[in-house]
Amino acid sequence: MNMPTSNLLLVIVLATAVAYLLGRLRSQQIAKPLGGVRHLATLPNYYASLVGLWAFIPAMLLVLCWTVFDGVIISSLVKSVLPAEAKSLPSNELSLVLSQITNTASGITDLSTLGEEYQPAVNRLLFLNNISHKSMPILAIVVLILGFLIGYRAIDAKHNARYAVERIFNIGLLICSSIAIFTTLGIILSVIFESLRFFEKVPFFDFVFGTHWSPQIAIRADQEGASGSFGVIPLIAGTMLISLIALSIAVPAGLMSAIYLSEYASTRVRNIVKPMLEILAGVPTVVYGFFAALTVAPAIRTYGDQLRDWGASNDIQWLANLAVSSESALAAGMVMGIMIIPFVSSLSDDVINAVPQSLRDGSLGLGSTKSETIKRVIFPAALPGIVGGVLLAASRAIGETMIVVMAAGLAANLTINPLEAVTTVTVQIVTLLVGDQEFDSAKTLAAFALGLFLFVITLALNVIALKVVKKYREQYD
Amino acid sequence: MSSETLEDRYQTVGSPLLEDPKMRIRSVDVSYANNQAIFDVNLDIGKNQVISMIGPSGCGKSTFLRCLNRMNDTIDICKVTGQILLDDEDIYSKNLDVVELRARVGMVFQKPNPFPKSIYENVAYGARIHGLTDNKVQLDELVEGSLIKCGLWKEVQDRLEEPATGLSGGQQQRLCIARAIAVNPEVILMDEPCSALDPIATATVEELISELSENFTIAIVTHSMQQAARVSQRTAYFHLGKLIEVNDTSQVFTNPEHALTEEYITGRIG
Repeated sequence: MNMPTSNLLLVIVLATAVAYLLGRLRSQQIAKPLGGVRHLATLPNYYASLVGLWAFIPAMLLVLCWTVFDGVIISSLVKSVLPAEAKSLPSNELSLVLSQITNTASGITDLSTLGEEYQPAVNRLLFLNNISHKSMPILAIVVLILGFLIGYRAIDAKHNARYAVERIFNIGLLICSSIAIFTTLGIILSVIFESLRFFEKVPFFDFVFGTHWSPQIAIRADQEGASGSFGVIPLIAGTMLISLIALSIAVPAGLMSAIYLSEYASTRVRNIVKPMLEILAGVPTVVYGFFAALTVAPAIRTYGDQLRDWGASNDIQWLANLAVSSESALAAGMVMGIMIIPFVSSLSDDVINAVPQSLRDGSLGLGSTKSETIKRVIFPAALPGIVGGVLLAASRAIGETMIVVMAAGLAANLTINPLEAVTTVTVQIVTLLVGDQEFDSAKTLAAFALGLFLFVITLALNVIALKVVKKYREQYD
Repeated sequence: MSSETLEDRYQTVGSPLLEDPKMRIRSVDVSYANNQAIFDVNLDIGKNQVISMIGPSGCGKSTFLRCLNRMNDTIDICKVTGQILLDDEDIYSKNLDVVELRARVGMVFQKPNPFPKSIYENVAYGARIHGLTDNKVQLDELVEGSLIKCGLWKEVQDRLEEPATGLSGGQQQRLCIARAIAVNPEVILMDEPCSALDPIATATVEELISELSENFTIAIVTHSMQQAARVSQRTAYFHLGKLIEVNDTSQVFTNPEHALTEEYITGRIG
């Protein structure tokens, strides 16, 4: 028997359904002479589910393990018949040879590229693959039937199948919830290990406290190039500058619009405005990006130039020296601020609405005005949720790349002047990784270190914000 | 006499009107969108008296109470017509500041609703928004005085800075009353103030209501006829949005004039 794995999975699922139905019939059959389903320890569905699980889980585990491990086992078996000189090859060349053998076996290349001495290895591979493909479905179905029989025979009026079914589903839920955790953990670990490799090439303190960022290094041995410097401070400053500009636009605008929508607006206005605000969140960032680069940044520069001319003609020295770059932190930050308004407003609106009406009534009943009620009762009660919204917006701002690439430039200036071009951590990660690079040069590894740095910063921000919220929150239930 | 035969312009029996009352309610109709909830109510609320409003669920007594400090304004579809006078001043007049009205006519709600702030801040809330005190010493005195009046001072004096939401239900409700009287209102409206409390807390709050009636005019909506009998001097019986009977409490419960009132207090309707 030879079938692709997808067909095999289909067969297993169908067989599981059949097992379920058989289990159900069987339990009803047992129930009949006893006087009905109520004489069983639990409902027929649970017996049936247990039979289904008995059939499904062992067979699935077998298929999973088989597909994961058969490649490894087969290639190790193939290695043992390689010619002597191939066995002594270093590991990366050996894996090249093995993939050539695989290609030859599947008929993509012919044996001449490898040489006659590899014939036994190719034959061996073909033979083993053949066995593997033929035996796996048979074995899976045997396991499935065995599992089914065990489950089927265990159906008994006194045995409560519900406990087992519930335990299995419990474990299933646990596995699902740990997927996210393990993925995060895996990402963090990989970033940490790559960063450690980077710090072997560039000293840690040069990276963290360096004020000059210019990652241009020789990428081939025969190239002349600058040694490169990897000071992260200008990038962090740029990120913070742009994020601050964005937040100083998004937080007031978002919060005020949330307050207006939830407390003042009529239902009609709310039903129109709220969806429109949320559409803002659906605009692709690249669209915001060229809006920033083509509309906002030139407008700012034109306005700045006019101011400078005016300053020059009126002899105002500091205005006459005004220099506005055509790519500026201000343009990127402003557009980013507009982009994250919906995050702040939508989340704040939800938490403000969640404040119980009884608190509003209590405050109004004491003779406070609507604005006193909002400022003194509703806002403090909703604060944790609002901070959550602002944090989400902040992490969006810190992580945003496209707008900055297009509107703020790539120049790593260390400045707090929002009219100059700056760059951010994420933008540099992108520019480090695009293009032809070896993945073990300091330049590419720097991307991982930047990622780690960004991660640590956002984590710290989150922790601080949580602490602040905990201190000032006013819990209403 | 059953409710179907009640005419739209029904004449309340008993003595709904008084000499020199605190509040006068004349020909008040209330409707939510197209459903009329209150029909032509005429009633006087006497100075420094407790008047209780009883009646089966949905009879409109809470709606009526919420008209007295215009809390119904917060409900868009609610429309009030007629005249309600507080010391001869029309509370629905355009010149009247609803904020000032609510400072004069305070309200205590069915479910205790302390603000998520400290005990002290809850009581000080009204004083702060109305600028009743000029310094911290006066504010402290006001908070202490209000808590003493509500019999809560001894229980909370050592934990004024703790969150009010940590108090028991009965304490929370007394705190809400303390919060209301800290503003020094003339009238206090209470909407089933004991319905969420256990019997012991209820007894404490009832005692408090009786004491407060020396200085305040109180209108209380209640589901408990015993409570109405214990705390109020006058009782108004509402039925399907109409004010059926108003009399001295003792008379309502011993010798009701109207057949519907009798049916309600003897437990045949309700």
